[in-house]
Amino acid sequence: MSIVAYIAVMAITTYLIRVIPFVAVRGKIKSRFLNSVLYYIPYAVLSAMTFPAIFFATGDVVSSSVGTIAALVMAFFDLPLIVVALSSSAAALITSLIMNAIH
Amino acid sequence: MKKEFVKGMRHGIPIMLGYLSVSFGFGVLCIQQNLSILAAVGISVTNLTSAGQVAGVEIIAAGGSLLEMILCQLVINLRYSLMSLSLSQKLDPSFNIMHRLFVGFGVTDEIFAVASSQSEPLKPSYMYGLILTPFIGWSTGTLLGAIAGDIMPPMVTAALSLMLYGMFIAIILPPARKDRKVLFVVLIAAALSIVIRFCLPMISSGFSVIICALVASVVGALFFPISEQERGEGGT
Repeated sequence: MSIVAYIAVMAITTYLIRVIPFVAVRGKIKSRFLNSVLYYIPYAVLSAMTFPAIFFATGDVVSSSVGTIAALVMAFFDLPLIVVALSSSAAALITSLIMNAIH
Repeated sequence: MKKEFVKGMRHGIPIMLGYLSVSFGFGVLCIQQNLSILAAVGISVTNLTSAGQVAGVEIIAAGGSLLEMILCQLVINLRYSLMSLSLSQKLDPSFNIMHRLFVGFGVTDEIFAVASSQSEPLKPSYMYGLILTPFIGWSTGTLLGAIAGDIMPPMVTAALSLMLYGMFIAIILPPARKDRKVLFVVLIAAALSIVIRFCLPMISSGFSVIICALVASVVGALFFPISEQERGEGGT
C-alpha cells in the first residue's frame, strides 16, 4: 500500500477525532465511567507501546534491556524527559560498544 | 490581537523545547523502520501527536490494513476528543467555525494543559500562537532526527531508537509511583501487551495497542473510577 494513503488516513482520522467535538459538541460528558476510561487511556497506551517493544528497540535484547533499566532508574527519580531518554540511549550504546569489544 | 498571538507563542516555547526532543526520537524511529525522511516529516506535520504517530509507523512498517490504522488512531487519540470538548467550553465568542476548524488540529496533551490553565476565555489569536511554536518544534525535531538516523552509524541510530521509549517511561512512571490507580492500569496494559506479543503473535502491533489500552482502561475505570476533582489534576 502507498505510504501516502497510510499518512492521509492517519492524519484525517486524528484530525476528525480532535475537531468534531470542538465544532459539534456542547455540554459536558456526565458519565463517570466514560470519564475514567478517558483518564486512564494515555497511560495504558504508552505502557502497552513501551512493553515489550523497548526490549527489542536496538535490535539486541541485552543492550535494549540495559537501556530500559537506565530509563526506569532515571524516571524513578523524576528526572526530565530528555535526561531519561538520553541516558537510556547512552546506556544501550555503551553496552553495544563493550559487547563489540569482547567479541 | 497581535499581543495575544505573541503571548500564545511565548506560552508555547516550553512545549516546543519538549517536542524537539520527543520528535527527534520519532524521526530516528522512522528511519529505523525504513521510512524516508520526507515521510517522517510528512507524518509529523499532518498529525502532531506522539503516541499515535509511533503506533502508525509500526502499522506502516508491518504493512497493516487501513482499517487497523483508523481503529488504532481512534483508540490512542480518543483522549483528544475529551480535551477538545473541555476546551470548547472555554472559547471566546470570537471563535467562529473557521477558527474552530483550524485550532482543532492543534489540540495536544501539552497545548491542552496550557490552554485550559488560562483564566480568561481563549481567543483565536492566542491559540494560533500557542499551537505555532510547538508545531515548529515538532516538525523541526522530526526532520533533525530523521537526518541523524540517516547519517549516523547504525549502532548509534539503534541506541537512539530507545529515546522515544525512554520518554514514554519518563511520562508514565512518576504518576504511576504517586498514584496506585495509574500504576494498576499501567501494569495491566504492559502485562497484556507482553502476553499478546509472545503468546498471540498473530495479533498485529496496532491491534495489540488497541486491545491492551481498552482493556486496561476499562478495568481501571470499573475498579477505580476517577472523581471530577482528580480528573482536573491528571493528564500527561
